[in-house]
Parts: sequence; structure tokens; C-alpha cells
Amino acid sequence: MEKRAIYSHKLLPYLLLLPQMIVVIVFFYFPASQAVYQSFLLEDAFGLHSEFVWFENFQHVLSDPDYWLSFVVTAIFSVSVAGLSLSLALFFAVMADGQIRGANAYKTLMIWPYAVAPAVAGVLWLFMFQPSLGILAQIIRDRFGVDWNPLLNSTHAMLLVIMASTWKQISYNFLFFLAGLQSIPRSVIEAAAIDGASATRRFWTIIFPLLSPTAFFLLVVNVTYVFFDTFGIIDTMTGGGPSQATSTLVYKVYNDGRAGSNLGGSAAQSVILMIIVVGLTAIQFKYVERKVHY
Amino acid sequence: MVQGRSYSNLIAHIALWFGIGIVAFPVYLTLVASTHEASAIANGNMPLWFGDNFLINYYKTLFVGSSKSTRTLVSTMMLNSLVMALTIAIGKIAISIISAYAVVYFRFPFRMGFFWLIFVTLMLPVEVRIFPTYKIVADLGLLDSYAGLTIPLIASATATLLFRQFFLTIPDELVEASKIDGAGPLRFFWDTVVPLSRTNMAALFVILFIYGWNQYLWPLLITTSGDMQTIVIGIKKMITITDALTEWDVVMTTTMLAMIPPVAVVILMQHWFVKGLVDTEK
Repeated sequence: MEKRAIYSHKLLPYLLLLPQMIVVIVFFYFPASQAVYQSFLLEDAFGLHSEFVWFENFQHVLSDPDYWLSFVVTAIFSVSVAGLSLSLALFFAVMADGQIRGANAYKTLMIWPYAVAPAVAGVLWLFMFQPSLGILAQIIRDRFGVDWNPLLNSTHAMLLVIMASTWKQISYNFLFFLAGLQSIPRSVIEAAAIDGASATRRFWTIIFPLLSPTAFFLLVVNVTYVFFDTFGIIDTMTGGGPSQATSTLVYKVYNDGRAGSNLGGSAAQSVILMIIVVGLTAIQFKYVERKVHY
Repeated sequence: MVQGRSYSNLIAHIALWFGIGIVAFPVYLTLVASTHEASAIANGNMPLWFGDNFLINYYKTLFVGSSKSTRTLVSTMMLNSLVMALTIAIGKIAISIISAYAVVYFRFPFRMGFFWLIFVTLMLPVEVRIFPTYKIVADLGLLDSYAGLTIPLIASATATLLFRQFFLTIPDELVEASKIDGAGPLRFFWDTVVPLSRTNMAALFVILFIYGWNQYLWPLLITTSGDMQTIVIGIKKMITITDALTEWDVVMTTTMLAMIPPVAVVILMQHWFVKGLVDTEK
């Protein structure tokens, strides 16, 4: 769609675009290109001399078992958080979708955790599960006899970051599932009920298929969330540990780069991340396009 | 009608209260902890009901430094967070609305090229270019400044896209009428486009305010002096993971204070929040 009535002005449009262009070029494209450039360089320990090494940094990164470990960590983390938060949110959305009293109040009470910063969510959950003073940590230890210690036990640490990240994401998924459910025409569901389909059958044969575009969209958004926005949760709760057990790809880029010894390796990791983001965004837009054609 | 109403309604109510319980419990515990003194929390047997230290804890955290270490007042951190959130939200809206206006209402060479340059930044989140961006901000001498905290985050592909979509729905007759009245492009922008965009601006503002307030990685890198810390970073710096020296009463009070502004924005502006969330993800 294009405008018919337009202005012809030589300078003004460029002036209007100028502020955003400056920010985008100085703080987005230039640093991104630097990351790509550095990923092909090998610097000596003092940063005085660098050499163009083609894909050597990538070879190093991809043959590093630690890097593959962080791939595995990211995969386990993403699948768990996306799976848990999507299914819990769907369950609560289905419950809130019926014409029950106080549906709006329930909605408000479910969505506010969206506003809680990931890092703050991390602190909330750390406080409950901190081995020495956490109330739930004590219950786990005393009642179930598990030696709960996320500071030393990799599985416990992973469980902890999964719980906090899921908690943070339920509200977002709930909101979109509820909107999706409310856009399904009542008449379709009632027709099925008249035909004698049970509530469970109605859900799996009518509601769930009609909801699948929302679910797919949310899946992509959730994976992006787990990749990038959980940084604050991991940093406040476990700091990537113990022994890298909760160090996701993004966390590893940060940690390796901060140590500062391996600029090229960190840059190569950044480039790999960029490729992943491009892939995720492409999937997202391909889906949006399909929705428009519907 | 779908059968079994009252019975299934009861289940729905119970399930939703269960959900709200899960969602609210961690915050409830934090709120309770923020009313107890440090020793009551530290021994691991914190009561599950409120204590008497509510006023003392909040007063101490906000306005008095800590005894064990010199730390920035949390009121200063909250002010920093507020400045950061407002600058990012208003800045993003301002530079995006004028960019979108240029792309929609003017014809000029490389028009769509500019649009794509903005659009592709969607694929360059700060996490993938952390250290080079940090280096530029350091070279520009913007470390530990509000400018360094906000300007690098102020470009917005989503806001530009949203305004562009909206401008395309504004009837052409309005521009034509404005032209006949002898008004130029800037006049039309101020008198017609901006007032019509108010709804979109409000919706974006809610989302972007939360985005700005909750920033973590960027302020963590950019701020070194305590006076420039945001509240979210402040909490992290108060926790010494393996150390028993963490003042949990202060941490819990600060955590509450860090949640109140964005949560209040979501609840008070719920209508705009839902619209903003749905619009920006389209």
C-alpha cells in the first residue's frame, strides 16, 4: 500500500531519518561489523598484533567441548522452559476462557509478572531455594531428604533457572493464548457440543487445532526469550555455574568476552549467535506471512 | 449451551486460584521478608507472616546507607532507573515516529533502503554485539552517563514498523485537505498525525517503559560507579552468592522496590499494555 498524497521535499525526509540512522549505524551496524571482522582475526595476548586467520576462530570454537556443552545446556533449557510455560499457560487460559465470574480480575492477576525484570525474578526464586535460608530449600531437605544445593549440584542449578524462567514467561503466553481462545467463534464449539462431543474431545479436535498458529508463534517467541532474555535470571541465580552447567550460548559469549583473553573466539561466538537470531526471525516472519494469507 | 456449567466453573475457579498462587507466592515471600529484620531471615526460619520492620527496612534501604558496606542509596538507583526507562521509552517513540513519517509521507532516493536498515536491527540484539558496542561507548566517553545508558538502546525497529503500519491506514483525504489549507508537512505532522497516534504511543510507552526499567546486561557493562547504578543492577551487586554477608532484608526490600513501578504501570494501564504487547509482536 502506498500513499497517493505525498510531500515532495528534498531535505526534510533525510533530517527526519537522521536521529535513528545515527543510532543504528553507530551502535548497531558498526559494532556488528566489528564482531564479524574480529571473528576472522587472531590477536596476540597483548592486543598489539593481529593476524587474519579466516575461519580458524570458528574451528576453535566449534571444536571446543565447552561450547558444545553450552549448546546442550541451551537446548535443554529452551525445551524445558518453552514446554512448561506454554502448557501451563494454555491450561490456565482454557480455564479463564469459560464464561466464569471475575474473568477480568483473573486476567489481571495472571499477567503482571510480565513486568518483573528477569534479574528480579531470579532473585525471587533464589530467595526461596537458597540452600541455607530458602524456605522451600529447607522443605526439600527436611521432608524429602534431598541434599538440595544449586550452588554445587548441576541438576539442581538447572532446575532452579528453569523454574524461574518458566514463572516469568507464563503471563506472556497466558495473555496470547487467552486472546487466541477468545477469537474462536462460540458457535463452532457449541455446535460440537450439540453433536455430543465431550469437553476433552472438543478441546483436542476443535480448540487446539484452531489455536495452533498462536501456539507456533509463541513457541518462536519463547525460544527467543530463553536465548536472550534469561541472561539476567542466570546471572543473578547461578552465574552460569556450577562448572558451566547453566551457561547458555549468550551467557558464554558474555563470560568469555569479559575474561578478555580470547577476543576472536568471543567474536566468532557472537557471529554464530547472529546467524541463530536471523534464523529465528526468518521463521517468525514466514509464519506471520502465512497468517496474513489465511 | 455447553453442558455441565456450574461443576466445570468450580474447577476453573480452583485451577485459576492455583495459578495465581504459583504466580504470587514468590512475591508474597519477598514482601514478607522485607518486613523482617535481617536475623529473622538469615536463620532460615523466616515466619510466613509480616513482621514489624516494614517502615524501618524501607526507610533504611531508600534513604540511609548500609552499615556493613558503603552502598548507593536505593532512592538514587530508582531515580536512575526512572530516568533510563523514561528516556528510552520517549526517545524510542520520538525517533521512530519521525522515521516512519519520513518513509510513509515522502518520496526520496533510497527510501526503502533506509527502512530496511532500521528493520534489520531486529536481528541484532545487544547480546550478539556486546563487546564491540561497549568499546564504542567507551571510546565516545559515555561510560557512567545517562547518555551511554540510553542512546545505544534507543533505535527501535518494532516501533518504526508499528507507526508505519498505522500511518498507512490514515486516509489520504486528510493530507489532501491539509495541503489545500496550505499546511506544510511539519504542520500536518503536529496537527494531525501526532494526535491520531496517541493510542499507539500510549500502548508503546507501557511496553517500552517496562523494557527500559528492566534492562540488565547493558547497564551492568556501562555503569561502574555506584551513583549511576540502576536498581536491577543494584540488587545483583548486593547479593554475594556464596557469602553469608548478604543483607537479605535490604535485598528483599530493594527487590520489592524494583518491582513496584513496572508492575504498577502494567496494572494501571492494563488496556494499553495488552494492546501494546499484541501490536508490537504482530
